[in-house]
Amino acid sequence: MGATVAGSKGFVGEICGLPGGEAILTCVQCGTCTGACPNADRMDYTPSQIIAMVRAGLKEEVLASRAIWYCLSCYLCTVRCPRGVSQTRLMHALGYLAMKEGLASRQTATPAMYRVFSHYARAGSLPELWFMLRFYLKTNPLRALHLIPVAWGLLRRGRLSLRTRRLSPAARKQLDSILQKAIAIRGKE
Amino acid sequence: MKEYTYFPGCSSSAEGGARAFTSSLEAVARVLDITLKELPDWNCCGSTPTGSVDELGAFCLAARNLALAEKLGPEMVTPCSACYVVFNHTNDYLKRYPDLKGRVGEALAAGGLTYEKGVKVRHVLEVFVQDIGEEAIRAKVVKSLTGLKVAPYYGCQIVRPGFGFDHPEAPTALERLITSLGAEPTDFPLKTRCCGGSLIIPEEDIALDLMRRLLESAARGGAECLVTVCPLCQTNLDAYQGMVNRKFRTEFRMPVLFFTQLMGLAFGLGEKELGLDRCVVPPGRVLAART
Repeated sequence: MGATVAGSKGFVGEICGLPGGEAILTCVQCGTCTGACPNADRMDYTPSQIIAMVRAGLKEEVLASRAIWYCLSCYLCTVRCPRGVSQTRLMHALGYLAMKEGLASRQTATPAMYRVFSHYARAGSLPELWFMLRFYLKTNPLRALHLIPVAWGLLRRGRLSLRTRRLSPAARKQLDSILQKAIAIRGKE
Repeated sequence: MKEYTYFPGCSSSAEGGARAFTSSLEAVARVLDITLKELPDWNCCGSTPTGSVDELGAFCLAARNLALAEKLGPEMVTPCSACYVVFNHTNDYLKRYPDLKGRVGEALAAGGLTYEKGVKVRHVLEVFVQDIGEEAIRAKVVKSLTGLKVAPYYGCQIVRPGFGFDHPEAPTALERLITSLGAEPTDFPLKTRCCGGSLIIPEEDIALDLMRRLLESAARGGAECLVTVCPLCQTNLDAYQGMVNRKFRTEFRMPVLFFTQLMGLAFGLGEKELGLDRCVVPPGRVLAART
């Protein structure tokens, strides 16, 4: 692991300041989360290593890791942790910080998928077909080709709709106002 | 008659790929004398991905729905495990972190909404086994599924991190439900393991491998079909089963049904009404099991 970047001294404090983040102080490094994780063997750092690295202040290494994007959100680590740490929530919080700081790993397409997902979620509804197309256009359009059998299976069963669910104009306006306000509140912090 | 505010979520909505979940649920609910009233003008709950892009915005997406539901009653039900976990997580955090509640409240106010009393969000399966009960369900069975071997698949988020419904790793609600329909729940050690979830899109190899393990575990237990409680689990295991077979040279032909479709079959409802024609892996042997 390389040297810590400037400003990483307060990394533990930063994580503890996020809802759910404070629990990392109670971790005893038993490794139960790593043993429970169905994806730990594919991560560059295991879940317990991630916690140790956060506590060591290795901000850049943690936020640039692939591990945080390999979390499946299955919460098996969370229910098995003997210290009540929600490793899953920690991964989500780290993902948020990684995006905010522009450090999200480019070795996995998960951050790109999350951004495209969020784009549609904020508009009120997730149209599966357009979501998939947009994701592949933004990442690797050629990869979409091998999905043709899957898409065909869904299409012929009437499960890939061209129609997008739309909120009423009043509801859309209300949702926009709420989300705009949230951005303004966040900007003040 | 029981009435519930209903939050379908994007995939189980009329435009979604899992619309058969809602259509089969509505058909079964009619038999059980339950009315589901869709939350008007609901928006996407944000699911897990949005929280990593815009944390406060994600809480606001969930909270708008909760605020709308609060005007209609103290409870809301959803068929989607992701929506279920997001709403319960939001409720939990708003209660535990007053500062977060303040910020979310301020944002909601910009849309003329308040969220004060709280809405308990429950999964459809929870409502069926707790409010209706196995006896009442058994009483509606007209075509017993005797001898049909069914793998009860819970997936992750209906039981974890755990919002009061069943055991996080060894739940039994689905087994009890399957038994009350006359069918036989099979031994399925991986029943609460992850299907890969949304990582099927950006990290396909990871998700396909997890699905292979699930299908293997279900097949080893002698299952003739698998029932799910989540639209994403159904889509993954059904639509991507062919890709699993190609990648791992396996020959799975495991029909993947929503548990509501299995209920509907036992209640004597039509295949079309239950959306069984929307299964990618043909559910022929399930249909043949009705007696």
